[in-house]
Amino acid sequence: MIVFEWINDQLLKMDWLHAIFEWLFGTVFGLSQETIWYQSLTFFFYDVIKIFILLSVLIFLSTFIQSYFPPERTRKILGRFHGIGANSLAALLGTVTPFCSCSSIPIFIGFTQAGLPVGVTFSFLISSPLVDLASVLLLASIFNWKIALAYVLVGLVIAVSGGTLISAFKMEKYVEGFVTAAPASAMAEPRIDDSRMSFKERLRFALGGVGQIIRRVWLYILIGVAIGAVIHGVIPQTLIETVLGAQNPFSVLLATLVGIPMYADIFGTLPIAEALVFKGVGVGTVLAFMMAVTALSLPSLVMLKRVVKTKLLVTFVGIVTLGIILMGYLFNAISFLFI
Amino acid sequence: MEIKVLGSGCPNCKRLLANVEAAVKELGIKADIRYVTDFMDIVNAGIMHTPGLIVDDQIVSTGRVINVEDIKRLLK
Repeated sequence: MIVFEWINDQLLKMDWLHAIFEWLFGTVFGLSQETIWYQSLTFFFYDVIKIFILLSVLIFLSTFIQSYFPPERTRKILGRFHGIGANSLAALLGTVTPFCSCSSIPIFIGFTQAGLPVGVTFSFLISSPLVDLASVLLLASIFNWKIALAYVLVGLVIAVSGGTLISAFKMEKYVEGFVTAAPASAMAEPRIDDSRMSFKERLRFALGGVGQIIRRVWLYILIGVAIGAVIHGVIPQTLIETVLGAQNPFSVLLATLVGIPMYADIFGTLPIAEALVFKGVGVGTVLAFMMAVTALSLPSLVMLKRVVKTKLLVTFVGIVTLGIILMGYLFNAISFLFI
Repeated sequence: MEIKVLGSGCPNCKRLLANVEAAVKELGIKADIRYVTDFMDIVNAGIMHTPGLIVDDQIVSTGRVINVEDIKRLLK
């Protein structure tokens, strides 16, 4: 257990890194520990560097694993299953399959044309942005492993139930006609199949993935850390506690509603989550915020609107939102089990 | 040579297009480069994971942004 804690503190939380900046700003620059500058600056530099290190390592690992699960392969696997089993598998595969929001439409169309039920496709689309290896490890670094695993479980449950409900409500008819009417020429296997890469190719692919993601999210991270630093050093504890703390029964609702229209990479929400937790915000509230920001993004919703009718889109957003809110309250209620 | 870059406009897709154009220019070959953004066209071409690269009707890659050097090797 002690080894585990050491791993968590030094590799994920990087206490040593924090100590370096505490020394730099406290001893070398002589800032008093009470000042806003000390708090915000130490947090800012420590967190930016920590996140970029974590980001690179985690994305490298995730992308490597993901090279084994291109969407084409996922589609083939899912075609063999039915019912809730298919939804569950879709949710699980969604966690290891990468795609940027612009792929969500081709993937949706591709899955639908292959005959996969709408619900199964949605289970996949819900779990994909919500849960992945990198975010699980990140959560472990802010909180602990129990919470990280619980987050995965709840994310999967939301994905499976969301997809199952959509199928149960017989919402196939809300998929735009042109999607299913198209010829099945899309079933052709690509001549270069992602899953047949050599080990070395996968390593290069993983490294490429790190570069691509960093280029895409570095600004979100800096902004996220800046906000976190402000929360850390500037915003008074009492204000945060009043609005988002355990006393406010609407904290989860607020956190979710604020998070939905926002879109940031999960790595960008991490420093904000850290700062909020530090200031005493409940686990559930913070998780709800992170989930709301990452699960629903305006770019992919706008794209989905082109292939499904409004009623289905609204149902999808509604189910996911409700799931997140419920999960937030649940975690707040049972947080004593985890901390 | 006909090269198609398929993607719906996110930064990665545009980057692949830029890399392809640079590679073609550096190799000095004559190639007809097309940027396909319509979803149905993308799916009907067999691409689910954008960005996709198709050279002379053969799918070369899906889901990744290939750098200029690798594209040059693929095109030769």
